[in-house]
Amino acid sequence: MELTSQFIQLIFSGLTIGSIYALIAIGFVIIYNITGLLNLAQGDFAMLGALTCISFVNMGFPLIIAIAVSVVIVTIIGGLFERLAIYPARNSSTATLLIITIGAAFVFRGISILIWGTQPLALRPFSGNQNINFLDATIQPQSLWAIGISLLSLAVLYYFFNKTYLGKAVTACVVNRFAARLMGISPQKMSFWAVSISAGLGALAGIVIAPISGASYDMGIMIGLKAFIAAVIGGLSNAPAAIAGAFLIGILESFTEGYLSSGYKDAISFTLLLIVLFFMPNGLFSKVSGKRV
Amino acid sequence: MDNNLTKIYNRSLKGPLIFFVVIMLLPFIFQSNNYILSTFIMIGFYSLVTTGLTLLIGYAGQISLGHAAFYGIGAYTSAYFTATLQMPSWIGILVGAIIASLVSLIIGIPVFKLKGHYLALATLGFGVIIFTFFKEWKTITGGLNGFFGIPPLSLFGISFSTDFQFYFLIWIFVFLGIFFARNIVQSRVGRALMSIHGSEIASEAIGININKYKLQIFVLSAVYASIAGSLYAHYVTFINPQLFEMMTSIYFLIMVVIGGIGNIWGGLIGAAIYVFLGELLKDIVPKIIPNASGEFEIVFFGVLLVVILIYMPNGISKAIFHFIKRITSSFKNKPVSAFSKKSTGSDIHD
Repeated sequence: MELTSQFIQLIFSGLTIGSIYALIAIGFVIIYNITGLLNLAQGDFAMLGALTCISFVNMGFPLIIAIAVSVVIVTIIGGLFERLAIYPARNSSTATLLIITIGAAFVFRGISILIWGTQPLALRPFSGNQNINFLDATIQPQSLWAIGISLLSLAVLYYFFNKTYLGKAVTACVVNRFAARLMGISPQKMSFWAVSISAGLGALAGIVIAPISGASYDMGIMIGLKAFIAAVIGGLSNAPAAIAGAFLIGILESFTEGYLSSGYKDAISFTLLLIVLFFMPNGLFSKVSGKRV
Repeated sequence: MDNNLTKIYNRSLKGPLIFFVVIMLLPFIFQSNNYILSTFIMIGFYSLVTTGLTLLIGYAGQISLGHAAFYGIGAYTSAYFTATLQMPSWIGILVGAIIASLVSLIIGIPVFKLKGHYLALATLGFGVIIFTFFKEWKTITGGLNGFFGIPPLSLFGISFSTDFQFYFLIWIFVFLGIFFARNIVQSRVGRALMSIHGSEIASEAIGININKYKLQIFVLSAVYASIAGSLYAHYVTFINPQLFEMMTSIYFLIMVVIGGIGNIWGGLIGAAIYVFLGELLKDIVPKIIPNASGEFEIVFFGVLLVVILIYMPNGISKAIFHFIKRITSSFKNKPVSAFSKKSTGSDIHD
């Protein structure tokens, strides 16, 4: 069956890109709820993670170490970014903060041009190029890696936010910043942790997608925006809904690409965004699930 | 607060007139230097857009990340009407402005129900959708290959084909635009806008129709952008969709914010700083780091942007005007201020 195999293939590529968006979207939800910041540099963490990892792999490090080290490095960069750019301007207006994150994104992009140049780089797939046949559809093993890793990190995040002290403190800030402060949790400290964690998540997302789509200095812009759309469509105050939104956007995009034309991909995601914003400004799933991270 | 009042009621024409004369004299000094003229012309296009955007962001307090779309609508409409339909330039400009205002009206009605980041994201999404139109509607726009052969602008039988001629045209448009904006700001509408910026709930309570005003200003800023786009298309004679993508909207916002929201000259100042800084960095940075390729000078641009906004969150124009005021007052009012200080001192002693 030609049609079903194409359908399955599109579902899988949708889930793959969706899982990438999900990782970044969670970062958005955490940052947005703690700092009220729309961080337009979010996608650039993915770019930095992917390119750093490629460099370490090319230096001869084993893949797993390269991934771990680059996630740590980008997490530190995220923390620095929060302390140097966001923290000093935390009382400024929305437009000012927005542009500060854009300025930071420029810096990240410029530095990566300086280090890695403008040509896209490739990372070898985690486990060979042998495609898997599944119900007549061919699936790249990297897709399974992407979906698997993001599900695993979602599970780790769930544990972090619900079972650890720091995670609970961040969650408290997300739920009610003012009440959290009354309980002795410093939102400023939490803002630092939130930006660092979401930078690390972004880096992981970038590394996972790099073998499929390559990595270049300008890959962050659209990935970041799509993840934000996913977060908004799902509902910004709600991480599970944001993940659902991410998979929805991923599948929508892969179907647009498969059946229509890749030129309309961005426009269709943004049209969905506008429709959701106009008619359900709290997100598609706002009534379904409660307010928690 | 008194600062805001002086901003509203400053109707002095002295400063603007001096500035106008300087701007109009510049091309005679740099007549043969096309680089400087074209740099100033670019500042002119951006200023026109950012003046409209300043009204929207600084006075109505609404963010737009989609103004490149209106800039593009103006450019493509002018291109289509003059190159494809062989109509006179002014029809292209007029139709572009009409289309831009209709589109902004249609998109503005639902969009301005949103606030803050949602508004930013919705306008950004609108920009991406219009960009896709430019890219995919190939029969009219030529798609990614671009639109070639736009004739030079001709108005009232004069053809503006050289940089020297175009300079005067664009800067007259800029000054007309700024004066129109200034008159709006210094009117009832302006005060209504300021109150919306201050508190939407309070202004609604005193009977200001906030949605109507927001929408009017959005449409006006779209028209500014569209006219600038039309003129730009005639100036460069070749346009492609990439000129009007998301980053252009972001650059417009950057200019407005660096220039300083809340001052009608902020747009012009921001545009000038943006263009000069860009040119300067393009010139200097390769000399410091010679063996790098690509546009890595955006690092410095990004750093400057962050630093300016952290230390001058109200933009540079505020700092400049503060500086000018201090200089002029130290020239004029020195004896008066010294006297008043003395008198208050003696009051205390009594």
